[in-house]
Amino acid sequence: MTASAAPHKLIKSATGDWEVVIGMEVHAQVTSNAKLFSGASTAFGGEPNSHVSLVDAAMPGMLPVINEECVRQAVRTGLGLNAQVNLRSVFDRKNYFYPDSPQGYQISQYKSPIVGEGEVVLELDGGRSVTIGIERLHLEQDAGKLLHDQSPTMSYVDLNRCGVALMEIVSKPDIRDAEQAKAYVTKLRSILRYLGTCDGDMEKGSLRADVNVSVRRHGETTLGTRCEIKNMNSINFIGQAIEYEARRQIEIIEDGGSIDQETRLFDPNKGETRSMRSKEEAHDYRYFPDPDLLPLEFSQAFVDELKAQLPELPDEKKSKYINKYGLTPYDASVLVAHPDIATFFEVVAEHEGVNAKTAANWVINELFGRLNKDGLDIKDSRVKDWQLGSLLMAIATDTISTSSAKMVFDVMWKEGGGEPGEIIERLGVRQVTDRSQVQVQIDVLCLQNPEKVEQAKAKPQMLGWFVGQVMKRLGGKANPQLVSDMLKEKLGI
Amino acid sequence: MTDLTSLTIAEAREGLASKSFTARELTDAHLAAIEAARVLNAYVLETPDRAREMAKAADEKIAKGEGGPLAGIPLGIKDLFATRDIRTTACSKILGNFIPPYESTVTSQLWRDGAVLLGKLNNDEFAMGSSNETSCFGPVTNPWRREGSNTTLVPGGSSGGSASAVAALLCMGATATDTGGSIRQPAAFTATVGIKPTYGRCSRWGIVAFASSLDQAGPIARTTRDAAILMRSMAGHDPKDTTSVDIAVPDYEAAIGKSVKGMKIGIPKEYRLDGMPAEIEKLWSEGAQWLKAAGAELVEVSLPHTKYALPAYYIVAPAEASSNLARYDGVRYGLREPAKNIIEMYENSRADGFGDEVRRRVLIGTYVLSAGYYDAYYLRAQKVRTLIKKDFEDCFAKGVHAILTPATPSAAFGIGEKGGADPVEMYLNDIFTVTVNMAGLPGIAVPAGKDTQGLPLGLQLIGRPFDEETLFSLGEVIEQAAGRFPAPKWW
Repeated sequence: MTASAAPHKLIKSATGDWEVVIGMEVHAQVTSNAKLFSGASTAFGGEPNSHVSLVDAAMPGMLPVINEECVRQAVRTGLGLNAQVNLRSVFDRKNYFYPDSPQGYQISQYKSPIVGEGEVVLELDGGRSVTIGIERLHLEQDAGKLLHDQSPTMSYVDLNRCGVALMEIVSKPDIRDAEQAKAYVTKLRSILRYLGTCDGDMEKGSLRADVNVSVRRHGETTLGTRCEIKNMNSINFIGQAIEYEARRQIEIIEDGGSIDQETRLFDPNKGETRSMRSKEEAHDYRYFPDPDLLPLEFSQAFVDELKAQLPELPDEKKSKYINKYGLTPYDASVLVAHPDIATFFEVVAEHEGVNAKTAANWVINELFGRLNKDGLDIKDSRVKDWQLGSLLMAIATDTISTSSAKMVFDVMWKEGGGEPGEIIERLGVRQVTDRSQVQVQIDVLCLQNPEKVEQAKAKPQMLGWFVGQVMKRLGGKANPQLVSDMLKEKLGI
Repeated sequence: MTDLTSLTIAEAREGLASKSFTARELTDAHLAAIEAARVLNAYVLETPDRAREMAKAADEKIAKGEGGPLAGIPLGIKDLFATRDIRTTACSKILGNFIPPYESTVTSQLWRDGAVLLGKLNNDEFAMGSSNETSCFGPVTNPWRREGSNTTLVPGGSSGGSASAVAALLCMGATATDTGGSIRQPAAFTATVGIKPTYGRCSRWGIVAFASSLDQAGPIARTTRDAAILMRSMAGHDPKDTTSVDIAVPDYEAAIGKSVKGMKIGIPKEYRLDGMPAEIEKLWSEGAQWLKAAGAELVEVSLPHTKYALPAYYIVAPAEASSNLARYDGVRYGLREPAKNIIEMYENSRADGFGDEVRRRVLIGTYVLSAGYYDAYYLRAQKVRTLIKKDFEDCFAKGVHAILTPATPSAAFGIGEKGGADPVEMYLNDIFTVTVNMAGLPGIAVPAGKDTQGLPLGLQLIGRPFDEETLFSLGEVIEQAAGRFPAPKWW
């Protein structure tokens, strides 16, 4: 990994330039029906404690049994991160007392994770790219949730999330500024979504990040003391927290102080981080191999089979869009950002008679515009991919003009879909492509305006007036190019 | 009717089949015996209604010719096994009145085969102890007494209730668990047969965990045949316990009476302890001679890492226990002591809910897993464990079929006699048995004789992995040679 050689922002200060060093631990909730070690549902938003098995509640004598789908998801993710998949890994117990952890320990992987080193390539502004190393990925149990607002004197606990599988994806300290950090999480989330291993929904907590930040003077090679900012659930907040934290650390050092290794929390209202606990207060988790579980072992054939079924990932897709469809790198990146967008675009672009660049323009401009305005996800789009495809085909075959198409699209959006052909007829915007109809109108116009015909022969700019008149007589439904060409012929200009 | 309680399972099975008596009569006889023997404190919960209901069901099935292998056989269940809708406490105050909504796999298999539940049996709290004195329900009394003495003796532990109940004819057999000797030591102290099967042979699902990598369920019965009958129902693969092994369960009873001719029996020199009572030494060589007389060949073997087994065990077992017992926090079930905040609630509930020995082991376990100590203690103990395992593997690789050792370094001792000042004194009870748990091997304790004070002594046979059958065959030889030792009734 040569991230330090990659271009990045240095922070300038009175005493010189500072470099920020960032590493991230992303917790991604595995997409699976059942929990990591129990058959309970992982569905979001159930009544408190409605998705809790005897194992999740840590009843006496209960034992964990690994959910193989979660293992497959972790392997898929490892493959998607171009990482080493370990055929043998070990589950450990991380011991701590808290009411959201009924066992009194979290089953995690400590010394032998299921996935080892890998990498994620980020594309930055200006076409530069930087590779961020992945240190490891391991499987672990999520915790439950404490409810403090149910009673004035007691706290309650909801164990629905307890035992849901998480992948902790640990990066190397290769990230150098807030922009890269945001790009890293964005890219990672995109990869997970393509793989279908995590829905990436940060609002629901399906993706959270702990951000380790340290600073050092430009040119130094040893790492500074780091602070860990816990539980970030928004990409923008990650950016803000890093900016704040880096400046805070630089100020302390420049004032002659030193950084205390500690865990901090970001307060989005104040835009600052504050101390949560110091290194001295850190837990001793007393990790040891979980004696209830045998080491997790699978064959290379198992990995190879999952590899063969891996979907196309954003990087591959992007180069396909550039090379096969002729899109600009920018448009291609926009379209590959989420698998739902890419799928939508591909259906439109592959529609009979549709030009891929036109498809890209319509998806990025018209469709995104409407989605943003209505606050909708692409999968809830009121115009479906095949409907947009058939609208664009109507343009390509000169059935309607581009401006009429926008009208039709408006109606389709308002009505929540609909067959473009039917709407074109209903609005009466089908273009007149019958030359004889156009010819009749041209002939009549010229007969009625002989002096203008004469003027036009000397002054070809007059053509615009003629085109306008003919279009008016045809109710705007003619193809203006056709009208223009036929007029030129008639007027001999 | 009192006669019925003194039958073996095999005899009762025949009597039921030939309609000499009913399951209901058999159960009632045991319920009456239990009532009359409350002084022993073997049962912590009697379930007469459930017992009669199950016996009635068994009679109906027997009448239809559909009785299972244990139809109508009344059993006691160690309170470590979760029994659906029946209080299960592991004999700890911290579980209070815990009533599980589930049945352990092992007991569910016994009920599947027609057995009858008489009640829950006393044990050391969370199975931590070698005398059944750490139970929150108080100590169990051994039905055996020294000749001419009224001193109450311990039945051993942790399955003291199981051993005492079986010896005192308060059930025909009992479930037990063994983490470091908790089946075999009480069996030896009460002249009963107890087998700890190979790790993975019985499902641990639904058994309150002590040390997960060592815990294994097994039966205590009055004869090797009865133990074999119970084993067949208790054993088997369970998808709910990933450490249980998917190997077919043999007909263990068929091994009873099978010739042991030509078998190589290892006599480990490291088990000859300094200061070991001469009567134990004598019993051991007598046992060896019986096996030899039956056609087996005796060979001296070496298990060089034996001396490290006990210290390593007392690192591994508490380490796992400290983590396994973390779930008893007063949040979801069991004892909750009032407190101002969550930390105080943990502290008060656990301080009040756990007894001294449990607290001691939780502390030891927490210590050995702590940062800076892990490598020196836990990791090193695991390495020792690997070496102990290898000792046995080397031995078996030389063609040894089973290893014969004493089961305990002494006979039963008095209540309150040991471990008061130094817990290690109590821990030494397991010196011959812990190695077997550390190696995951099967081990059986069989009554073999009496000491000079008339107390029973047992011998232990250690087998190859999943070869419990050989242990039953050899155990039967010892049983035949030594005869059976019924406890004199005084209560």
